[in-house]
Amino acid sequence: MSDLSNQTKAAGEDRHALVRKGLARRHRTEWLFRAAGLTAVILALGFVAILFTTIVSKGLPAFQQAYISANVQFDPELLNLDPAPERQAGQSQADFQAQSFAWQRELAMLNWNALVEASLRDLLPIGFEIDSRQLLSIVETSERHRLREMFVADPSLLGQTVPVEMLASANVDNWLKGTINRELGDAQQQLSAPARQLADEFYENGVIHMGFAWALLTNVDSRSAPASAGLAGAFMGSLYMLLIVIVLAVPIGVASAIYLEEFAPKSRLTDFIEVNINNLAAVPSIVFGLLGAAVFINYFRLPLSAPLAGGLVLTLMTLPTIIIATRAALKGVPQSLRQAALGLGASRSQMVFHHILPVTFPSILTASIIGVAQALGETAPLLLIGMNAFVAQIPTSPMDQATALPVQIFLWNGNENRNFFEARTSAAIMVLLGLMISLNAIAIFLRTYLERKK
Amino acid sequence: MKTALYAGAALAVVAALGSTAAQAQSRDTIQIAGSSTVLPFASIVAEEFGAVFPEFNTPVVGSGGTGGGFSQFCQGVGENTIDIANASRAINEGEREVCNSAGVNDIREIQFGFDGIVFAVTADKEDFALTPAHIYQAIAAEVPVDGALVANPYTNWSEIDSALPDQPIALAIPGTNHGTREVFDVNVVEAGCEEVGLPEGASEDACTTLRQDVVVEIAGDYTETLARLQSDGNTMGVFGLSFYDQNRDSLKVATVNGVEPSLETIAAGEYPVSRPLYFYVKGEHLGVIPGLQEYTEFFLSDAMIGAGGTLEGAGLIPQPVETTEEVRAAFAAQ
Repeated sequence: MSDLSNQTKAAGEDRHALVRKGLARRHRTEWLFRAAGLTAVILALGFVAILFTTIVSKGLPAFQQAYISANVQFDPELLNLDPAPERQAGQSQADFQAQSFAWQRELAMLNWNALVEASLRDLLPIGFEIDSRQLLSIVETSERHRLREMFVADPSLLGQTVPVEMLASANVDNWLKGTINRELGDAQQQLSAPARQLADEFYENGVIHMGFAWALLTNVDSRSAPASAGLAGAFMGSLYMLLIVIVLAVPIGVASAIYLEEFAPKSRLTDFIEVNINNLAAVPSIVFGLLGAAVFINYFRLPLSAPLAGGLVLTLMTLPTIIIATRAALKGVPQSLRQAALGLGASRSQMVFHHILPVTFPSILTASIIGVAQALGETAPLLLIGMNAFVAQIPTSPMDQATALPVQIFLWNGNENRNFFEARTSAAIMVLLGLMISLNAIAIFLRTYLERKK
Repeated sequence: MKTALYAGAALAVVAALGSTAAQAQSRDTIQIAGSSTVLPFASIVAEEFGAVFPEFNTPVVGSGGTGGGFSQFCQGVGENTIDIANASRAINEGEREVCNSAGVNDIREIQFGFDGIVFAVTADKEDFALTPAHIYQAIAAEVPVDGALVANPYTNWSEIDSALPDQPIALAIPGTNHGTREVFDVNVVEAGCEEVGLPEGASEDACTTLRQDVVVEIAGDYTETLARLQSDGNTMGVFGLSFYDQNRDSLKVATVNGVEPSLETIAAGEYPVSRPLYFYVKGEHLGVIPGLQEYTEFFLSDAMIGAGGTLEGAGLIPQPVETTEEVRAAFAAQ
C-alpha cells in the first residue's frame, strides 16, 4: 500500500519538476503572445488615429465657408419684363403651366449678374477701382440663379432691396483660407490682383465673413459653382438604396436563413447551397456591379444611374452576409429550446416564430444593420451601373438618376479644382463616416437594449 | 402577426418592381456619358440648362472616357441607353459599325470648341521648352541614333537636348481609353517621329511603340496624373489646358515649339497640340427624350460656347463663329 503511495508521490514529483522546467518557457510564450497582440491593437489604433486626424484636419475647414453680406435691390430697370402670369378663369392647367414656363425662361434670360454686380459696387471701399469681370469673380456664379429663384417664388420683390447672404466664390474661399499659396505671383493665382485685394478688404471690414457651410449639406453637386456643391443629392440617393436594401435584403436573407437552418432537410443539395452562399459572401463587389449591369440594366431595362438598380445590386451583395450571420445566430440557440417547444406540441413554424426568433432577434438585427452599413459604403458596383454620373438634382424617387455618398467622394476627389475640393472630399468622408458610426451605434444600442429586456 | 409583416414587405417589393416597369417606359432626364475632358463643360451646360428650362430636368452627365462613352452610346436605342456621348476625338469607323449593328444609325456629330493638351511639371521644376521630337525621343522604345534604330538610350532630358533641364525622363500620359491619348499619339509622337526621321527600312510601328520603363499610362482622370506628379517629382504629366488652368499654383507648363499654351495661342492655331471637342446626339432619341433637342441647341448657343460665353470662362477654347454656324445648320437640317 505504502509502496504504491510512494510510487505516486515520486511520479508526482517528477511531473512537478517537469512542469517547473517548462514554466519559464510557457510564461515567455504567453508574454510574447500578449505583447504581439497588444502591438497589433496599438498599431491598428494608431493607423485609425492617423486616418481620422488627417481626414478631420483636412475636412473641418470645409464646414466653414466665406459668405458675402450684401443688399440686393431687385431693380425694376434691370428686371424689365411682364409681371408673372396669373391663372385666368377658364384657363386650363396645361396652358397656365406653359405660360408660366415661358415667363420663367424669359426671366432666366435677363442679366441677373447686373443685380449681383450692383449690390457689390455699393459695398466697395471709396475710390476702389475694379472692372466688372473681376468684381463678379468674387461671388459664386450660382448666386444669380438664387436671386432669380427668389424672384420667381415672390415676384413682389420687384423694386425692393433685401439683404442676401451670397456665397463667395471657391477662389475667394481658397484665398482667404490660404488653401492656395498666398505668396505666389499673379500668373499662378486664380484671382486677379484687385479681386484678391478686394477680398482681403471685405474680409477685414466684415462684408465677407466665414459661416457654417450649409451648402455642403443642403445643396446638390455643382460643377459651374464649386462653392455651392453639396451632398444632398448623393445623400438622398444613398438613402433610397438603403431603404431598398432594408426592404429586400433583410426579409429575404432572414427568411432563407431560417428555412435553411430550421426546415430544410440536411442533404447534398442544402450543403451545396450553403457552400455557395459562403462563396458568394467572398465575391468581390465589382462582380456584383457587372452582374447588375447585365441583369438589371440590360435585361430588366431598369433606368441607368437609378438608386433602384443600385439598391438591387447592393441587396445581392448584402444577402450572403445577412444569411450567414442569421444562420450563426440560429445555430447558437440551444437544442433544448427546440425540443421543449416541439415536446409541448408546437408545430415547427410555431417553434421558430414563437421561441427561436425572439431569442435570436438582437443578433439578427445587428447582422442586418452591419450588412446595411457595409452596403452604404460600397462604391465599386455602383460605378458600373452609371451611378458615377454628375447629377445636379435631388432624386425624388428611386427611379430618378442619383449618385451615392461614396461615389460623390470619388467624384469630388477627381474634380479639377483641387484647392477647393480636397477639403470638400474630406468633409464628405466625414459625413459618410458619421453616418456609418451612427448606424453601428444604433446596432450596438439595440442589441444591448433588447438583450437586457429579454 | 409576423407573417403579416413579411407578406406586407413582399407586397411592397412587388409593387415597387411593378411601378418600375411602368416608369421605365418614360425617362424624362437626358443621360450623357463619355470623355472626362468634356465632362466639366457638359456638366456646366447641364446645370445652366436646368436653370433656364424649368420644364426639363437637369441632364445627368457621366464619365468613362471617350471610348467608354461610345460603347455605352452604341448599345442600342431605348430608354436605358444614353442619349449623348461626349468625345474628345471624332467617332471612328469601327465604333460607327458597332453603333449601326445595334440599330443606332442617326448619329449627329456636334463639334463645339477646342481644347489644348499641355505638358506640365510641378511648379518647383525648371522651365521646359519642348518640341514633339524631344518627346518622341524621350518615350519611343527605339530611336534613331547615328542613322540606326537602337533601343532608347536616353535617361535624362538633358541628354536629348542640352537646352532641356537636367531631369530624369518620366512621363505620365493618358491611357488608351482617353480620346486625349489619340491626339497625343498623332500630334506629338508621330509628328516628333517624322521630325526626327526614321532610317530607311524601319517599320512604321517604330514611331508609336512606347517604352514602358519611363511611361506611365493613367486610366483615371487628370487628378490621378497630378497625384502622380506630386508623389514623384520628376514625372512630367499630360493635361488638358482647363485642368492646368485651375491648378496653375502647383503646375508649370512647358512650351511646345516655343509657344506657350493659352486660350489665345490655341484659338489662333499657333500651339500645335490641340483638338476639337465633340458630343454625339442619338438622333433616334430626339423627340422621345424630352429636352434633347433644346439641350443641343442650348449647348450651341453663343451664351455657352461663343467668345466670352460661360464655357470660355471654364477653359473651353471657342471655335470660329462660322464653324458653329455650320454645326448648327447641320444639326437642324437632319
